[in-house]
Amino acid sequence: MTTDLPDYLRQSDAVKARFERIRSREVILEVRKLDKRFAARQGEVEALRGIDFKVHHREFVCVIGPSGCGKSTLIRILAGLERHSTGEVLIDGNPVTGPGQDRGMVFQGYSLFPWLTVKGNVMFGPKMIGRGRDAAESDALMWLDLVGLSKFAHAYPFQLSGGMRQRVAIARALVNRPRILLMDEPFGALDAQTRSRMQAHLLDIWRNIDITILFITHDLDEAIYLADRILVLKAHPGEVQELIEVPVPRPRSPAQFTADEFVATRTRLESLIHPPVLPESEDEQAVKPHLIRFTDVNDNVE
Amino acid sequence: MQSGSEPAARTRTLLGIGSFLLPLLIWCTVSYVPFVWHPKMLITDAGGVDYFQAGMLVDKDVFRDEAANMRQQGLPLPSGQPANPIYLPPPHRVAMAFYTAFTTAPEQKDAPWLHESLWHSIQIIFWGFVISSVIGVPLGILAGTYVTVSRLTEPFIEFFRYLPAPAFGALAVAVLGIYDAPKIAIIVIGTLFQQVLIIANTTRKLDPTILEAARTLGARGGKVLTRVVVPGIIPDLYRDQRILLGWAWTYLIVAELIGTSSGITWFITQQARYQHFENVYAAIMMIGILGFGTDLLLALAGRRLFPWDRPQHGR
Repeated sequence: MTTDLPDYLRQSDAVKARFERIRSREVILEVRKLDKRFAARQGEVEALRGIDFKVHHREFVCVIGPSGCGKSTLIRILAGLERHSTGEVLIDGNPVTGPGQDRGMVFQGYSLFPWLTVKGNVMFGPKMIGRGRDAAESDALMWLDLVGLSKFAHAYPFQLSGGMRQRVAIARALVNRPRILLMDEPFGALDAQTRSRMQAHLLDIWRNIDITILFITHDLDEAIYLADRILVLKAHPGEVQELIEVPVPRPRSPAQFTADEFVATRTRLESLIHPPVLPESEDEQAVKPHLIRFTDVNDNVE
Repeated sequence: MQSGSEPAARTRTLLGIGSFLLPLLIWCTVSYVPFVWHPKMLITDAGGVDYFQAGMLVDKDVFRDEAANMRQQGLPLPSGQPANPIYLPPPHRVAMAFYTAFTTAPEQKDAPWLHESLWHSIQIIFWGFVISSVIGVPLGILAGTYVTVSRLTEPFIEFFRYLPAPAFGALAVAVLGIYDAPKIAIIVIGTLFQQVLIIANTTRKLDPTILEAARTLGARGGKVLTRVVVPGIIPDLYRDQRILLGWAWTYLIVAELIGTSSGITWFITQQARYQHFENVYAAIMMIGILGFGTDLLLALAGRRLFPWDRPQHGR
């Protein structure tokens, strides 16, 4: 038992060198003083306040925060699906005004087109940006091969498992060759086993493809396992609390979950996001169970 | 979701057949078991009653009174057997009418045969439904997609759909003449307004993240409509259309009474006038069989057309 855990800020030389390299790369995504306010029944609500960060080329950034911190709002603004109130979002220096080919998005609920086959889903993007049918088809087949779904090219989404659907969604988002891949809790609906397989698979893709990833999650381990840096948001209003450089060396493997750097980062994240993220925490405040004894008074199970 | 567990496929088929056999069984009981209902007497021998004739139907109490009269006067007693009123023919006569109605020449010269009447009705339904759909389906999809279109059209349509279509009958005749046009118009009026609202609603139920996914993949403007909204709702749209076609059939009889009576309605009124009630029942059932049959065929076709459409698809 070590009483003196290494601080999460302490980085090995190799890790330090990696971050130097990342910082020297060009900036893909820059968010400057981003505010998001919207009108609600109880007046104006401030969802995001003064969000400020940069993501470098081929960097993997995770966004984490308690529910209500506006992380989904943030990624939707980056994707161009929602407007921000003030501030700037720049992709390669160009302001975002709406959805665009330079950003791919993977949603939590897969959002595949149920009427299209797997291949049809992946071909959708190239067709929309005016690639010919044949070009779209060969692109689609290449990307399906890359996510390991060539055999399922003619299946419909409803015939696939959750993990396979999310692979299709990733292929569909990558086929248009975006500069950055935005992922909104993509593995949130998967079971633990599939989820860890998908995490490893995503790291594989990221290693081999020229892509920058911004990944939203509420799973601390997932964030540490995947990310170069973790953007920690706090709720009401959503503000950047800290941008943590993950000291866990690469290549990553599930064996590192118990490594000192990993535990230190996890402890730090837990102290930042306190209490830990509970889904439906707001509902739970409203539900007050009234437990009465419904069994033999002497028959105790604990 | 119905309560109770879903029965196995075979049980389901048996129950389905049973749902048809049960009313038939009641009808058979009323028709063939002499002591069930049978409020009339069919005279077989008039006896001493001067106004009785063989083959005549009289009320049971009239028959009883007259029999008592005859007994008092010492005249021969009338005889007869219990019978149902003429408007309730037994199943076998209606079954026969399914065939004979087609082979019997119409009572009036140059009146249409039954198959011609039916064909005429089908054409009225077809054109009414096609015209309604040509306007209603695109308008419904547009109203479901664009809030502006919805706000501009739906309040008026909400109001208009409460105006009963048959109320426009006289107007339709005044404007469109007495032949098929006003009949088609009534079916259009009866279907169109519901159609717009139902299809707009179906369109609005399309999962919004599907639209967002399409937009992040580069779909814009008209392409969102044709490549995402339409294919996204088409299985539900098809189901809506099947239900609406059923409604169109219910407007058929009213529509055909407008102007010069025509089609199956004309046949029914004619047969009722000559008291050929078995033909009336057969004709009514033919409407049911045609409507139900088309719906079954469309349901089967739907399964082929939309292989991705599964009632419980988790996304």
